[in-house]
Amino acid sequence: MSAEAGAFTEDLVAKSYDRTLLRRLLTYLRPYKAAVAVSFLLIVVMAGLDLVGPYLTKIAIDRYITKGDAAGLAGVAALFMATLLAAFVVRFGQVYILQMTGQKVMLDMRRQIFGHLQRLHVGFFDRHPVGRLMTRVTTDVDAVNELFTSGVVTVFGDLFTLLGIMGVMTAMNPKLALVTFAVIPFFFVITNWFRRGSRQSFREVRKWIARINAFLQENLTGMSVVQLFRREARNQGAFAAVNRAHADANMTQIFYYAVFYPAIDLLAAVAVAMILLYGGGRVLAGTLTLGALVAFVQYSERFWRPISDLSEKFNILQAAMASSERIFTLLDTPAQVIAPARPVRLPAVRGRVAFERVSFAYNPPQWVLRDVDFVVEPGRSVAIVGATGAGKTTIISLLARFYDVPEGRVTLDGVDVRELDPAQLRSSLALVLQDVHLFSGTIASNIRLGSSIPDERVREAARAVHVHRFIEALPRGYDTEVKERGATLSVGQKQLLSFARALAHDPRVLILDEATSSVDTETEGLIQEALKVLLRGRTAIVIAHRLSTIQNVDEILVMHKGRIRERGTHQELLAQRGIYWRLYQLQYKDQEVLAGGEAELPA
Amino acid sequence: MRHLRRLLPYLRRHRARMAWGLLCLVLTTALSVASPWVLRYAVDDLMLKVTREKLWLYSGFIVGLVLLEGVFRYYMRMVLISISRQIEYELRGDVFAHLTRLSARYFQSHRIGDIMSRATNDMSAVRMVLGPGIMYTANTVATFVGTVALMLRISPKLLGLALVPLVLVSILVRYFGRRIHDRFESVQAQLSEMNVVVQESLSGARVVRAYAQEPHEVARFEAANQEYVRRNRGLIRMFGSLYPGIQLLMGTGAVLVVWLGGRMAVAGRITVGEFVAFGAYLAMLHWPMIALGWVVNIFERGEASMGRLAEILDAPPEIRDQDPAPVAALRGEVEFRGLTFAYDGKPVLHHVDLRVPAGSTVAVVGPTGSGKSTLVGLIPRLFEAPPGTVFVDGHDVRRIPLAVLRGAVGFVPQETFLFSDTVRENVAFGLRATDVGEEEVKKRVEWAAEVSQLASDVAEFPQGYETFVGERGITLSGGQKQRTALARALAVLPRILVLDDSLSAVDTYTEEEILKGLRGVRAGRTTFLVSHRISTVKDADLIVVLRDGAIVERGTHDELVARGGFYADLHRRQLLEEEVERTA
Repeated sequence: MSAEAGAFTEDLVAKSYDRTLLRRLLTYLRPYKAAVAVSFLLIVVMAGLDLVGPYLTKIAIDRYITKGDAAGLAGVAALFMATLLAAFVVRFGQVYILQMTGQKVMLDMRRQIFGHLQRLHVGFFDRHPVGRLMTRVTTDVDAVNELFTSGVVTVFGDLFTLLGIMGVMTAMNPKLALVTFAVIPFFFVITNWFRRGSRQSFREVRKWIARINAFLQENLTGMSVVQLFRREARNQGAFAAVNRAHADANMTQIFYYAVFYPAIDLLAAVAVAMILLYGGGRVLAGTLTLGALVAFVQYSERFWRPISDLSEKFNILQAAMASSERIFTLLDTPAQVIAPARPVRLPAVRGRVAFERVSFAYNPPQWVLRDVDFVVEPGRSVAIVGATGAGKTTIISLLARFYDVPEGRVTLDGVDVRELDPAQLRSSLALVLQDVHLFSGTIASNIRLGSSIPDERVREAARAVHVHRFIEALPRGYDTEVKERGATLSVGQKQLLSFARALAHDPRVLILDEATSSVDTETEGLIQEALKVLLRGRTAIVIAHRLSTIQNVDEILVMHKGRIRERGTHQELLAQRGIYWRLYQLQYKDQEVLAGGEAELPA
Repeated sequence: MRHLRRLLPYLRRHRARMAWGLLCLVLTTALSVASPWVLRYAVDDLMLKVTREKLWLYSGFIVGLVLLEGVFRYYMRMVLISISRQIEYELRGDVFAHLTRLSARYFQSHRIGDIMSRATNDMSAVRMVLGPGIMYTANTVATFVGTVALMLRISPKLLGLALVPLVLVSILVRYFGRRIHDRFESVQAQLSEMNVVVQESLSGARVVRAYAQEPHEVARFEAANQEYVRRNRGLIRMFGSLYPGIQLLMGTGAVLVVWLGGRMAVAGRITVGEFVAFGAYLAMLHWPMIALGWVVNIFERGEASMGRLAEILDAPPEIRDQDPAPVAALRGEVEFRGLTFAYDGKPVLHHVDLRVPAGSTVAVVGPTGSGKSTLVGLIPRLFEAPPGTVFVDGHDVRRIPLAVLRGAVGFVPQETFLFSDTVRENVAFGLRATDVGEEEVKKRVEWAAEVSQLASDVAEFPQGYETFVGERGITLSGGQKQRTALARALAVLPRILVLDDSLSAVDTYTEEEILKGLRGVRAGRTTFLVSHRISTVKDADLIVVLRDGAIVERGTHDELVARGGFYADLHRRQLLEEEVERTA
């Protein structure tokens, strides 16, 4: 079993026990001081109880068996049994308390990490892949957990056991104890040799298994290329090489284990032999009892377990340190978009949106927006058009304050969004994005999200945007579970659902990034109908892709390469015969083509 | 054990070594069982006050026995566990080899992650059966037989009593092993549930922020987090009682020996030495009894895992040589004859009739999903067309040896896939399957890079053609990747060249250059150009427009523009786009 035990340790980072890291980790234990203390106490008790067995054997032999007193044996046996029961209870209590403490610490830690992630600004997630952040919340936290449950604390247990054994032996017969202790340094030497060698070979194994995985991943993904270029045989050969190296690395690992166990056995045998030799002489001389000799033999067999455990714990410590470092780095990432110390609270949001000479860059100095300046009066609507990369989406992100602007101001009702209470800002906006993000849960919960919106309003909103009919047709209506990121719904239906979500939240300002994805004509009609409902009586900023939408707004802004190049109504802009006119021609053609041939099939 | 039986042929291959390993195991056990017997005589002699010389003898015996035992134990592990690693190596190789024979359809209908997990996790579970599984089973049996035989000699009655708690240990391990496994699964399930919350919340960060849902998300996570801890509590309770339980039972065995054995020793029915030896034997049984329960779990898990591996090994290779015609070389005339093709029950192509003479260039245009990629993918049999529908040089592609067919086709797929290797190896990818000399490889690679306009990029790479691409090296741009893939296809000097919309990420100027270069190369090669761009296709000998899987227009550029159909529309649109670009 032991050959496999280490197989899941992470690659270790050289930095082992950084004091500050450790100290910071210990702060997580503070709320559970009592539990930790009890756990410690139980460990000491347990180490003590484990020493009792051999000693009772000694008593049994010396006082009763060799003296021919059968009656007294029952007492010893009873005592022995009592010790066992006590050990059972103590051991269970210790494991339970310690592990549960670990769980609670992990709970706190995960809560803290997740909470922190919720405070970070959207840009952070553009730079850090979600998968890696998830590792922080799960794998890294678990590695730290190991430290609490099977690392640090049990080290003390092992130490106590070792010291206890040595103490009892010394008390029974100091000279014989010294003779026996002579083997202990060799235990350390062998364990050390084994630990180093097996760790080295273990790293090799890890390295090769990672290569195997990479090779498989690559070849399975690109299998058609492999086959098209007739590389099957050659790649099988290449795989065999990696596979062989992995097997060979394992052979080295096997070697270390194959030597380690017999070596430990040999040392134990040497200890027994020395006890027999020296202790036997004492027994013959009458200075040692036979029972003590037997007890010595039994104790000496318990030496190596704590010693080999001690060195194993070191690995756990290292892995945990590496993980906690990663966790703390994340926790120390400052939230960039932060609530002002004294937020302005608008008594009532009217919905006047203004961009005042705003310039913005994700990666300065590559400006995405340059001197963007426009005003949307309450209840009015603006459409933004332009080619991909013109900066349309950025405008939306700035208004929702996903990012802060380095130049100029974005204001709501005349107040800089940076001075507003973020909760108020965002609750007065509703954002409908191209990609509809659905959460696992029911249809209703996806409209409502976490807000306390009554069922009736959820239905009303759904009805108003014409998605009610679809929902009712689902097996469990509004309570239907949304599976696998919304696979139960079509693209168009998801669109409508996100409209319902926005409508249910009844925002003063609606921000809409129209989806470009094509839907069937019937749904398209419904979407346009729903849009009218959605825009009614609200300030609206729409990134428009559809002609019908554009024609219904109060003003159209034509963006190009980060600047507003043209503005006006549909008719005015057409009359200018500028960029808008050309875009219009293009889109007009586009729609015609799309209406003609729709066939979505896997190629 | 239906699935595990499939491992027998592998084991049979190593039967000599296996026998040697098992022999070592038996010798190891025999020797280790002998040690307490020596202790028995030593103790008895001590009771009788023997000489010091005898003590030396006994001590020497003990060390000698263990030394010898160590030698055999060493070989036992080296041989038995090594065999398992060797078989793991063979089995994994076989699985991979089989995967290379499976068709594109298989990889589209099975998630790569799932196949990977079978090739690694399940493989390792099977290996556990072959190594520790077999070794500990044999060890348990041998130790059990050895100790029980000697304990019987000491006292059958005492043995009967002492064994009771030990048998209970096995049952306990087995019972808890299962329950722990179930609880563990439930903990894992909740872990992935928690992962879903994190994943959704982070990838939907914009929506969460926009609707000010952070508190709700925190609450949702809190619930998942609490549930995770709750389920862990169950697991911890199990764990917390299993090991102390084992120790309690084993301790009970020891107590029985001390008490009853002690009484027997007092009564003189056994000697004190026998009493001590008996205790030692009982202790020797501890590990095998734990292992017994554990081994059963290993076999159960291994059986399930082998079943999952068998699913891969039993997947039939759909596309392979079946009764191939003796075709050794191809000129490159391609013909589709009344081709109707469905994929997973959905019709993709309808009655496609198209004859492409060797050496000519045909372009395929059409909206997304019209079946363009499927059409060209049928030529090298990436998908299997019905018999009698796709022909090369008049032979049904199904009857041309696969190696000959694919060797004649240079395919540039829509989604570029490069391997994390050097630029040279990537371009020479197809040459490595043939016996081309190293000099020739070098020449061809450089020539292909030249034609695909990759050469000047390569010149700027840190190590030229030896530069690694992908994770371990430089990141290529989309256009560079596509040009590398084109070079890879050109390097094999194919009779039929297929470009499946594979210049989409290349800018128009470079594309122009590539097409110019290709024109020379194309001479004498049948070329298929799938594209959305008029500029790519306009010089083709024949342009066909595919819509909903059927050819709706065919002709040259000028003819199609004049006809005023889909193609003409596309043409007008692209002119407009260029105009917008220019004004901007």
